[in-house]
Amino acid sequence: MTALAAEIRVPAATNRRLLASATLIAFGLVDILLFGLSGHHGDATFALSLFGSKVSVPSIHAPATPVAYVLGGISIAIGIARATVTESPVMKRLSIGVVLLFFVISLLAWSDTGSWTHGIPVNVVVLLQNTLADAIPLILGALAGCMGERAGVINIAIEGQLLLGAFMAAVVASTVGVLWLGLISGSLAGGLVGLVLGAFAIRYFVDQIILGVVLNLLISGITGFLYDRLLVPDANTYNNAGTFGPVKIPGLGDIPVIGPIFFDSTIFLYITYAAIILVQVGLFSTRWGLRVRAVGEHPTAADTVGINVLAIRYRNLVLGGLLAGIGGAYLTIGSVGTFSKDMSSGLGYIALAAMIFGRWTPLGATLAALLFGFTEALQSFLGSITVPISPFILGMAPYVATIIAVAGLVGRVQAPAADGKPYVRA
Amino acid sequence: MTSDSGNQPAGPDPAEPKQVLANASGPGSSEADSTTHSATATSGPPVRDRLRGAGPAIIDAVVHGSPTVVTILAIFSALVLGALVIAFSDTAVLHAWNSFAAAPGAALSATWHSVAAAYSALFEGAIFNPNTVSAAFHGGSIGAIFYPLSQTANQATPLILTGLSVALAFRAGLFNIGAASQWIGGAIVVTYLGFAISLPPVIHAVVCLAGGFAGGAVLGWLVGDLKARTGAHEVIVTIMLNYIMYNLLSYVLGTPTALQRPGQANLISPTIHANAQLPHVGGPPPQVGVGFLVALAAAAGVWWLLERSTVGFEFRTVGANPSAARTAGMSIPRTWVLAMLIAGGLAGLSGAVTIQGTFYTLNFQSYGTYGFVGITVALLGRAKPLGVVLAALLFGAFESGGAVMQASTAVPIDIIEVIEGLIVLFVAAPPLIRAVYRLRQARAEGVEAVAKGWNG
Repeated sequence: MTALAAEIRVPAATNRRLLASATLIAFGLVDILLFGLSGHHGDATFALSLFGSKVSVPSIHAPATPVAYVLGGISIAIGIARATVTESPVMKRLSIGVVLLFFVISLLAWSDTGSWTHGIPVNVVVLLQNTLADAIPLILGALAGCMGERAGVINIAIEGQLLLGAFMAAVVASTVGVLWLGLISGSLAGGLVGLVLGAFAIRYFVDQIILGVVLNLLISGITGFLYDRLLVPDANTYNNAGTFGPVKIPGLGDIPVIGPIFFDSTIFLYITYAAIILVQVGLFSTRWGLRVRAVGEHPTAADTVGINVLAIRYRNLVLGGLLAGIGGAYLTIGSVGTFSKDMSSGLGYIALAAMIFGRWTPLGATLAALLFGFTEALQSFLGSITVPISPFILGMAPYVATIIAVAGLVGRVQAPAADGKPYVRA
Repeated sequence: MTSDSGNQPAGPDPAEPKQVLANASGPGSSEADSTTHSATATSGPPVRDRLRGAGPAIIDAVVHGSPTVVTILAIFSALVLGALVIAFSDTAVLHAWNSFAAAPGAALSATWHSVAAAYSALFEGAIFNPNTVSAAFHGGSIGAIFYPLSQTANQATPLILTGLSVALAFRAGLFNIGAASQWIGGAIVVTYLGFAISLPPVIHAVVCLAGGFAGGAVLGWLVGDLKARTGAHEVIVTIMLNYIMYNLLSYVLGTPTALQRPGQANLISPTIHANAQLPHVGGPPPQVGVGFLVALAAAAGVWWLLERSTVGFEFRTVGANPSAARTAGMSIPRTWVLAMLIAGGLAGLSGAVTIQGTFYTLNFQSYGTYGFVGITVALLGRAKPLGVVLAALLFGAFESGGAVMQASTAVPIDIIEVIEGLIVLFVAAPPLIRAVYRLRQARAEGVEAVAKGWNG
């Protein structure tokens, strides 16, 4: 049986390997043909320190066209190696990462030497700061998704959790005047959505995908309604929250390059660090996590050994909701300070994509969220130096990547076995 | 959380996990009604046994909460909750309640007035405004009486088509969240055909409609093909395609060499030729758009396809029980691809009638939310063509009434989204409605669960 299955799978594996190889080579060709041949002469400047910082790191100057040729050549070599040499899984992922990195460097070098830049350097520190900032709601939302789906409940309502969290955080922080209370109520709002999701999915057996879509619609409606009804007429009372300021971690924050990127940000980034570690360690190294995963893979077996399946599902949905709610709060009191209609604008769905892309693991989801956060940051950077690439084309990247992932082109993506199935005791 | 659900008066029966999808793809409401009826006639309690004819069937349906009754109660409950939201977000009402102890009557009347004003405006904008009748008697236009209804039909038109798209996929066991992306696919093709080529009157409109269907069908096909070949879950792929197409729409509308209107900095396409526009029919204004007729024809076509054709039988079999379908020699991948192709085409057609019948140009205003509301329309209509048409008319009434309500009472139209969401939430959870209204367990509803995760 297994032998037969392996035999059948061989052509698929060969196809997949050739496809992966072709993709890598294609990236290399784009580096050479687009960024190399149609490139501009001159040096691209990569700045590595913030303007006016105490310790200044010298900028890197690189000739754009040769950089594109060299990196493109290496990418093609990696692609050919991918087709001919059997690599370990780690090497496979590493090769994809390297080729993507080379692509981005060629792109940045190309865009920084065009006639449109006016000599503005590519500030790597700012780019990565923005990456982390853009990734915060994605990471927290994806962690919420992991929590729910590892316990067997599909959570499409991440979008709604972010939106309601953003709304509640702005309104409470604004009316009470205490930012911390805004953060807490935003988090609770996310937890509430998790609870409602649980009640309908677990108690009333409503299809979880339908449920998520409907909850998102409902929350979009209710926040939009209250926004027009209360927040717009009396913005001073209801929608004037302000934001958390950056907190520099002593010592670590002063390290050149790394400090300003990782250790000089708002409280939300530090909460996110903690959440990633807690969920990752919790799910994979504790008794609690073992139970959660058992419930998500085989609830009947879990029930047989005395695990309370429904309680675990409820608890995970609420805990995940609390995290997503913080991610939502970040959108208002962590970043712009005011709420606007439908401001989550699909971030919840990108978070869902990041979770799937990260194969239902917190660390994988985080890496995927960082990748998606980077494309967002890149998009706004390229927009700011008016590169003649439509930001919308770049905006498609996370979604295209996710389709490629679920279509199995970068390895098989497998959800927890009982994900989405309501548990009914026999 | 042991087995407490069994103690609830009308809680969910643990042996019968009921799903909306099961309702959608299993035996539908009409069959469920008749089964309920016959069950009563043979084995019901003796009191009801003495009653014969249509009366007891209705009583039975009400007491046990047939799908129709649950739907009506769901709409009622959603309207009540919507009323509460409207009242308690009204500053005048909140003010009156602050002095509730001193003047309880004032608080209650303020609440009543707030809700009554909003809902009567909603009704007048959607169905019938009494003022137009008296105006007609005093020399006004008789047509004006029917103006709200024509608006409702116009608003319902794209929703019928996106609802049909989602419903058709449901019946084949697929969840099409991508009606929004397929709408865009259709609309882009229609807009391009509409302004870039010139054809004689009727032919141009028909070519555009066909182009819209094709534009949506390509995206639907892509989803079905990916699922059939690689097992990629259609929900994930369609969600991602929604955002890909949204970005593509922004791109083509912002690129002068693509669809951007010449000399415009905004994201808007050129107006399509008059020949490509769908006319309005039915005497002096207000009139019903031809698009509405197209949508009704599509509903009839989908009904025929599902209920009378071999292909539709395969759709329903694959949706209800893939293993049985495979055993019977049906090709599941082929069914998936075909069902998604037609579903995508219907959503693309929705884009076509919106552009050709209402806006004549493509921008984010004409994009609207038809794709997403279509999901709720399909759920409310229980994935049956007639149900979808009725549900779309209801939501169309909400949309047209909501616009009037927003204009005359300053209640934001977003409340419509809340009410629609609540309706579908309640319809999807019949046990909840039964528990709230103390209905008995429906006997005919134990349809096999079609619970599907990402792996299904």
